[in-house]
Amino acid sequence: MSSDALALKVEFTGGLELLFDNKKKYTVSLPRTTDDAPTNLTHLILWLKDNLLKERPELFVEERTVRPGILVLVNETDWELEGEGDYQLKDGDEIIFISTLHGG
Amino acid sequence: MPPKPCALCHTERAIIKRPKTGQQICKDCFFRVFETEVHNTIVDSKLFKPGDRVAIGASGGKDSTVLAYVMKTLNDRYDYGLELFLLSIDEGITGYRDDSLETVKRNQVQYGLPLKILSYDELYGWTMDAVVAQVGRKNNCTFCGVFRRQALDRGAAALGVDHIVTGHNADDIAETVLMNIMRGDIARLGRCTLICTQSEDTIKRSKPFKYAYEKEIVMYAYFKKLDYFSTECIYAPDAYRGHARAFLKSLEAARPSAIIDIIHSGEAFEVAEQVQQGMKAQQTCKRCGYISSNDLCKACTLLEGLERGLGSLAVKDSKKLESDSTTAPDASMRTIPFFQRTPGAAAAVEEPTPA
Ligand SMILES: [Zn+2]
Ligand SMILES: [Zn+2]
Repeated sequence: MSSDALALKVEFTGGLELLFDNKKKYTVSLPRTTDDAPTNLTHLILWLKDNLLKERPELFVEERTVRPGILVLVNETDWELEGEGDYQLKDGDEIIFISTLHGG
Repeated sequence: MPPKPCALCHTERAIIKRPKTGQQICKDCFFRVFETEVHNTIVDSKLFKPGDRVAIGASGGKDSTVLAYVMKTLNDRYDYGLELFLLSIDEGITGYRDDSLETVKRNQVQYGLPLKILSYDELYGWTMDAVVAQVGRKNNCTFCGVFRRQALDRGAAALGVDHIVTGHNADDIAETVLMNIMRGDIARLGRCTLICTQSEDTIKRSKPFKYAYEKEIVMYAYFKKLDYFSTECIYAPDAYRGHARAFLKSLEAARPSAIIDIIHSGEAFEVAEQVQQGMKAQQTCKRCGYISSNDLCKACTLLEGLERGLGSLAVKDSKKLESDSTTAPDASMRTIPFFQRTPGAAAAVEEPTPA
């Protein structure tokens, strides 16, 4: 079934949830294309910053990507194996953001 | 993108790109290489011998939680013959340490390791909440750092352990190297890359995760579903360290080997002998018996400042406070119990004596 939207599961953990209303799991709906291109992870990150982030955006985003020290998993795989921000999102994808910057 | 096969076993799908090597490997191979590298660090540095009693400094955070799990796994797998303990310090920070201690208590059950909790309140008569109420949020990290170091040693002495292992990882050590260079702190620069430190009369401390990247520690915790606590301390994090960390993470993003490279350059610094001679000789604190480079140790100096209601002064002007104070405190002042260390002998602290 093709619809106009992508349903995505998004999770924030490792302390990152504190920037997102202290809530870990969200279901997010994004259009299949953004700026005339297939919607990718960079689009998602910017969308999250504009729509879900509650405070201190500099702790999440730096120059159109996540701040260094935040790990991203796409369907349980390191996003570095999936093209990072260029990864084209698919309906049902699970994206997890983990902060490594909080207390040891 | 098609799934990539694991560079090690060539059968499973790769799930992580290793920052150290760029290798793309599967989950099981990742667990195996991560654990094996820590084992190699332990063996190459001859950190332990059979029969050693070892306390794992446990905060409930990611690094120490993974360390506890990996230490237990390796001790069983390779027959190190170690007796392992969890040692936690309760700084007395409501809404932060009380929650993370709950995590440590769950770890105690999950890993089957005995746990000792020592609080600032019982040792110093001051919780960090009370310290902050007096000194404010500017110098509180100084108090906490000095108090924690001594509390860990005293907790370890109470457990009768020979050795404390902490969860400091490669990123932490590289960050400390950078900070010591920026501050020009030559004495610390020489010491901060050592995997194991021991001055006479203090308990041996080491860092089995010295070469483990933070990314891999967090990924390991994630894929193993380990139970850890992650919140920033509510009393302002160390801003200077924060800058060093952000800088290091940017370096790592540009070139992942930067972290190990910085550790290696820290190791390669040689501290000239005249500098070493300029460093103060160690003695013991005249009041509490803890190792110190002055008549009074840092903790006693800070504590005296708090007791006199001059906490902030104690940080800025500890030299003055020290020379003002006699070695005998006023009777009304709280002091730290005298530190005595008889290895092995204090072992029974946690266990009830048989009738
Ligand atoms: Zn494999
Ligand atoms: Zn003392």
